[in-house]
Amino acid sequence: MENIDKTILRIHDLSVAYTADKLSVSHVNCDIPRNQITAIMGPSGCGKSTLLRAINRMHELYRGIQVSGQLWMNGLDLLKTNAMQVRRQVGMVFQRPNPFPTMSIADNILAGYSLNGLRLDKSQRQTIVEQSLRSVGLWDEVKDSLTKRGTFLSGGQQQRLCIARALALRPSLLLMDEPTSALDPIATATIENLISELKQEVSIIIVTHNMGQARRISQKSLFMYLGELVECGDTEQLFSDPSDSRTRAYLSGHIG
Amino acid sequence: MVVLAALMSVPLLAILGKVAVEGVKNLTPQFLFQSTPTTYQALIATTSGTAIPGGIANGIVGTLLMLVMASIAAIPVGIFSGVFLAERHDTIFAKVASYMTDILQGTPSIILGIIVYAWIVIPMRGYSAIAGTVALGIMMLPLIVRSTEEAVKMLPSSYNEAALALGGSHFLTVCKVIIPSAFGQIFTGTLLAVSRIIGETVPLMFTALGCAVVQWNIARPMSGVPLLIWQFFNNPTLQPLLWSASLVLLIIVLLLNVSSKIVANKWKI
Amino acid sequence: MLKKMKKQPNAQHSFSIGGVVSAIQNPDKRFTLLLWAAALVVPLICCAMLFSLISDSVLAFGEFGIFKFITSSQWSYTEGHESCGALPFIVGTLESTFLALFFCIPFSLTVALFVGEYYKGRKVAAVFGTITDLLAGIPSIIYGLWGFYVLRPIVVALGLSEQGSCILTASMVLAVRIVPYAASLSAEFIKMVPAELKEAAYSLGATRGEVLRTVVFPCAGSGIFSAFILAIGRALGETMTVTMRIGNTNQMPTSLLSTGNTMASIIANQFGEADGLKLSSLFAIALILFTLTAAINLIGKILIHRAQIR
Repeated sequence: MENIDKTILRIHDLSVAYTADKLSVSHVNCDIPRNQITAIMGPSGCGKSTLLRAINRMHELYRGIQVSGQLWMNGLDLLKTNAMQVRRQVGMVFQRPNPFPTMSIADNILAGYSLNGLRLDKSQRQTIVEQSLRSVGLWDEVKDSLTKRGTFLSGGQQQRLCIARALALRPSLLLMDEPTSALDPIATATIENLISELKQEVSIIIVTHNMGQARRISQKSLFMYLGELVECGDTEQLFSDPSDSRTRAYLSGHIG
Repeated sequence: MVVLAALMSVPLLAILGKVAVEGVKNLTPQFLFQSTPTTYQALIATTSGTAIPGGIANGIVGTLLMLVMASIAAIPVGIFSGVFLAERHDTIFAKVASYMTDILQGTPSIILGIIVYAWIVIPMRGYSAIAGTVALGIMMLPLIVRSTEEAVKMLPSSYNEAALALGGSHFLTVCKVIIPSAFGQIFTGTLLAVSRIIGETVPLMFTALGCAVVQWNIARPMSGVPLLIWQFFNNPTLQPLLWSASLVLLIIVLLLNVSSKIVANKWKI
Repeated sequence: MLKKMKKQPNAQHSFSIGGVVSAIQNPDKRFTLLLWAAALVVPLICCAMLFSLISDSVLAFGEFGIFKFITSSQWSYTEGHESCGALPFIVGTLESTFLALFFCIPFSLTVALFVGEYYKGRKVAAVFGTITDLLAGIPSIIYGLWGFYVLRPIVVALGLSEQGSCILTASMVLAVRIVPYAASLSAEFIKMVPAELKEAAYSLGATRGEVLRTVVFPCAGSGIFSAFILAIGRALGETMTVTMRIGNTNQMPTSLLSTGNTMASIIANQFGEADGLKLSSLFAIALILFTLTAAINLIGKILIHRAQIR
């Protein structure tokens, strides 16, 4: 029982196939801990983004992608729940910052509500905008320009805005798909610090092909190779004493 | 090479020059606010040496009325259809529909004219602005479908994904994210479509027919600026009005074209 | 292993006729229905159009026979001696179209090269691009006026034709009408030629002319070709400019300087007072014209898709 409380998401036998004859993610089993940061790493094309996108059912947007297995979160199988409810509980941050170009900063934060057709009164809107922006440390920078377009911000600010947009719906799990790969080192450092602080509020799964980043911010690490989950465990342990030879080869730079 | 390219602009200058020089002569406020004179009135004015009375108000009203009605019908259908074709571009139905759009866009306007004659004018037992509206609407539709489809296809897929990842419904995602983001291009396409059909004469010849007075009843024949130009061209006594009517049409078309360019530049994301 | 995988319930792509009823409650499904309905409009119009054209031309085809209708060059409607064939108009259409294409190619190609390659990204190119766009936007009736009041006197003065109305003049106006269209479309394809390829050729010491010949034209060739195909499609159906200049006589055109009629112009001229068999014959001509333009447009678009994929 204690074990379940510490786990936010239990991935059971999850497989994803883009074409009928090949599994891009094959039979992954893993527990994602609550209020911690879990990093998924591996070389390009190993299926780490595919795995991530299966969790909030993004594969359903495209034809012919098959997903099987079970994803247990809060007593529900995410693959058998209404996709929109799943996505409201599981936020996502993308590789490139993508604030909606026609919306103001405030509207971007509230997008999750307006796209769900939920109406809020003025004070609720103000509270949500301020809280979400504060939680990503953007409030002081943009509080005077809430009505400006989100696309005028710098890349790092835009990405923080996107994180705030996802947090505004108070998700229990936040998926991040290489959130810093399009950013410069300074913006990357800011985002990394932010992610480390955010784990108090939300459990985070972050995909990265930057080993250093995984080591710096995560408590648990998954190493994937050619669609398979090779190893998963404590970040410290996985980096200092990997049990699988492929993990060792990847960490030492022999494959990748 | 430069010479050949420059030669290309000769027709433009010749057309603009001719229309502008000849057209300004008759272009007075009354030209815009009065209806077409009869041949008899024009003949009297010509023989007595005064300017021909009247103008093209009936044409302007008719063109605007039919254009607005055609737009109201064609724009929403065209936008939704374009969104559909862009979102499902990999399905067979969408491919077929896309080719059909190409065919409809390439169909000569004369064919649309006589088809609408067979569909609307014969059952209604008479020419009407409704028939003209349908003909213009059918011409406009594929242009809007195409520009919406292109615009939506060009949006990064991450906008769509981000909206849906927030739990957004398909409907609200399209209305609040997709269409607003593509709005600049859709608007440009719509302006171009309007400028394309505003000068169309042929589809109106067998549908709206023409009318000598300002007509507000859409079940009756109605005139349009291009129809009047055709009428003036064929009637020697009314020919002085020809160039002014062309000038008005040309100014409207060029304004629409230029504003579509400005909008396109302004709304670039 | 794979067979066990079940396809997920697919929110955006599931649709069946049986689902229509359940769709009424779900706003998202209602929206999907709306999109389907909107997307059906264009195909429906196309099919209905084809159906109407066929059903309205049955009378004429039945009277004269399809083959005879296409190959006969008589067009007379004397009571009791009706005989009609569309050949003069088909010939007139093809003749004026291809002559227009002949005039159009050198101009549109140079303009396209000018805008898309030589002065790409510079102000001159932008100005020329705008001019071509504006030219493309001018209504065809105004081109017709230009043909009548500007071009005709020149043709008459040159002694080419007494009236200034002949297939040659018609195709010259037609050419001016389609040059901007063909030029801006081909410029797009010339612009799309990857800069690396051109740089690779220049790095091997090629001159500009050689780069054009060996890189730009082979790469953009099929695109340019399809641009001209689409321009033909436009010229085939162009009505006003041609009607005002071609002379409108219903015989076989004997030379480029003789008068004639195109399929579009015969419809424009005679539709107003036609009924019965004549009306049906005009619909039959429209059907032929529709088939021709539809085929040309389809071919052009398919070529363009291929060129873009490459």
